[in-house]
Amino acid sequence: MKILRSLAAFSLLAVMISGCGNNGSTPENASSTGSETSNAPSGEKVAGKISMDGSSTVGPVSEAMAEAFTQANPDVQMDVAVSGTGGGFKKFAAGEIDIAGASRPIEDKEIEACKEKGIEFVEIPIAFDGLSVVVNPQNDWVEDITVAELKKIWEPKSTVKTWKDVNPAWPAEPIKLYGPGTDSGTFDYFTKAINGKEKESRSDYQASEDDNTLVTGVSGDKGGLGYFGYAYYEQNKDKLKVLKVAGVAPSPESIGDGTYTPLSRPLFWYVNTKSLDRPEVQAFLKFALGDGTKNVSEAGYISLPAEAYKLAMEHITSKKTGTAFKGAQPGMKIEDILKAEKK
Amino acid sequence: MSTSLKPPKETISAAVIEVPEELRWQLPFWRRFFNKLFGAFCFTALAIAGVLLVYLLFSIFRDGFGRLSQQFFESFPSSRPQRAGVKVALMGSLWVVALTAIIAVPMGVAAAIYLEEFNTKRNKLVEFIQLNIANLAGVPSIVYGLLGLAVFVRWMALDRSVISGALTMSLLILPTIILVSQEALKAVPKSYREASLALGATKWQTIRRQVLPSAAPGILTGIILSISRAIGETAPLITIGAVTYINFVPKDVKSRFTVLPIQIFEWSGRPQKGFHENAAAAIIVLLAVLLLMNSLAILLRQRATRR
Repeated sequence: MKILRSLAAFSLLAVMISGCGNNGSTPENASSTGSETSNAPSGEKVAGKISMDGSSTVGPVSEAMAEAFTQANPDVQMDVAVSGTGGGFKKFAAGEIDIAGASRPIEDKEIEACKEKGIEFVEIPIAFDGLSVVVNPQNDWVEDITVAELKKIWEPKSTVKTWKDVNPAWPAEPIKLYGPGTDSGTFDYFTKAINGKEKESRSDYQASEDDNTLVTGVSGDKGGLGYFGYAYYEQNKDKLKVLKVAGVAPSPESIGDGTYTPLSRPLFWYVNTKSLDRPEVQAFLKFALGDGTKNVSEAGYISLPAEAYKLAMEHITSKKTGTAFKGAQPGMKIEDILKAEKK
Repeated sequence: MSTSLKPPKETISAAVIEVPEELRWQLPFWRRFFNKLFGAFCFTALAIAGVLLVYLLFSIFRDGFGRLSQQFFESFPSSRPQRAGVKVALMGSLWVVALTAIIAVPMGVAAAIYLEEFNTKRNKLVEFIQLNIANLAGVPSIVYGLLGLAVFVRWMALDRSVISGALTMSLLILPTIILVSQEALKAVPKSYREASLALGATKWQTIRRQVLPSAAPGILTGIILSISRAIGETAPLITIGAVTYINFVPKDVKSRFTVLPIQIFEWSGRPQKGFHENAAAAIIVLLAVLLLMNSLAILLRQRATRR
């Protein structure tokens, strides 16, 4: 009997709540969109909502920025999701988010999708990541690897099976390759920088979307070689040995000043120009490209040169839409790309 | 002819049961051997599962136990692992599961009652519905996520809110609740209903006073299993756009949210060790919530059975 009574109460409650939800949702919805666009205070402290989504590589940067910003502006509700660069752009094109994080420049079909919905965007680089090529610590024969050697290993029809196949001076130890899966922005950038064309890579390697798996793989395999973002190397220095690429080892300095080339890559935010009309979004971007840049290293990435942040802020204030990074080649200086004409 | 040679079935089974212990040793060696072998095989299967589970729990507690503190329950996500906490994820999970239960349980049980009690003459349409429910119970959860994204988030413009998540989860667990409740109702002997009706009770009285109380333990089991599934699901909520970083606790059904499994997934993919420990600690929290909910439901079930 008691069960029945509670079941009955339960369903009554359900009816009540669903009723409330229906009645409440429409006016609430209307009022919230109203407040978002117009009556946020224009003083020092701002209020409102900012939604971000996109690449899981950019996620930690966005999160660190959001955390620092909302400490000073507790009335701003911020949320960051990580549904991948492509997933983020889909939501961006649907107008559901204010800022899309991307580990690669926007693609043609994504620009098309934005145009269809009348969405324009400002492209800003937010941080550098240095793709690190790592081997097992027991590997004592290689310190430095050239781009040509990397290409020989990773090109689509590569016949490399042992280290000796790459360079006759190295031993005939079998080479075991570890890398990110083909949906990853890291994969796109590495293949473009090394093999010359995006997504062109040999496919017989251990792929994982989780970089921690790659770390475990390389650290447990004497002949292993893998690549992933610098943060994953930095946190696992004791288990991995990083290779110099063309004579330069990745470090915050070499990635930041552009000497670690061609494997240092910029990470992006794409900002909806309509969102730029809202004071909280303006305030957030001003913080992120100004005082907030120190949070970049906290998230495990490398800050851009101060000049680049200044240029990016100018793009925000002048609402310079379009992309300049799409046509850029790996290794170009970031300031030069920012100064280039946008398409 | 042949029937007269064979003893009736009942006698055979009775004879098997009554074989005395000492007589079993007269069985041929290979039969005894296979008997033992099968027992050993079953034990091995149990042992493997048990050892794996113990190891898993051990490694989770080793990594995560140290992180469990008041701070961990009171903090928002953070880019510094030591400052991060599960507050929003835990609250998000509770919101989603509570709303899911409120939506899916009455609907599922009512649908089952209709299919079992009111629809005794099965027509083609009902058969079709029945077939679809059975199939839907096996559909991968990500598909519900896509459906939720298209219907609740976009079409009904509910946005990426708690209510979108709860509605999606309700869709996901409805087929299971309906099927299990139907099974429970089927198990109630027909004589109960006939006796009740013969005494002049209406259909409503029969269902309310006889059928549902008898079926309650089974129905509750189905609900426990479904809710447990809802609290552990990640994929559909990621698809509909549950977030990973959020600086506010859900206040109403229209709030953005995150849930424990998403927070665990996100933390375990981070490079820093500290986040892996946070992930382990969050797993302990999730397990605790699950156990708590299950024991509550088991308690309810026991009370229902005692009746």
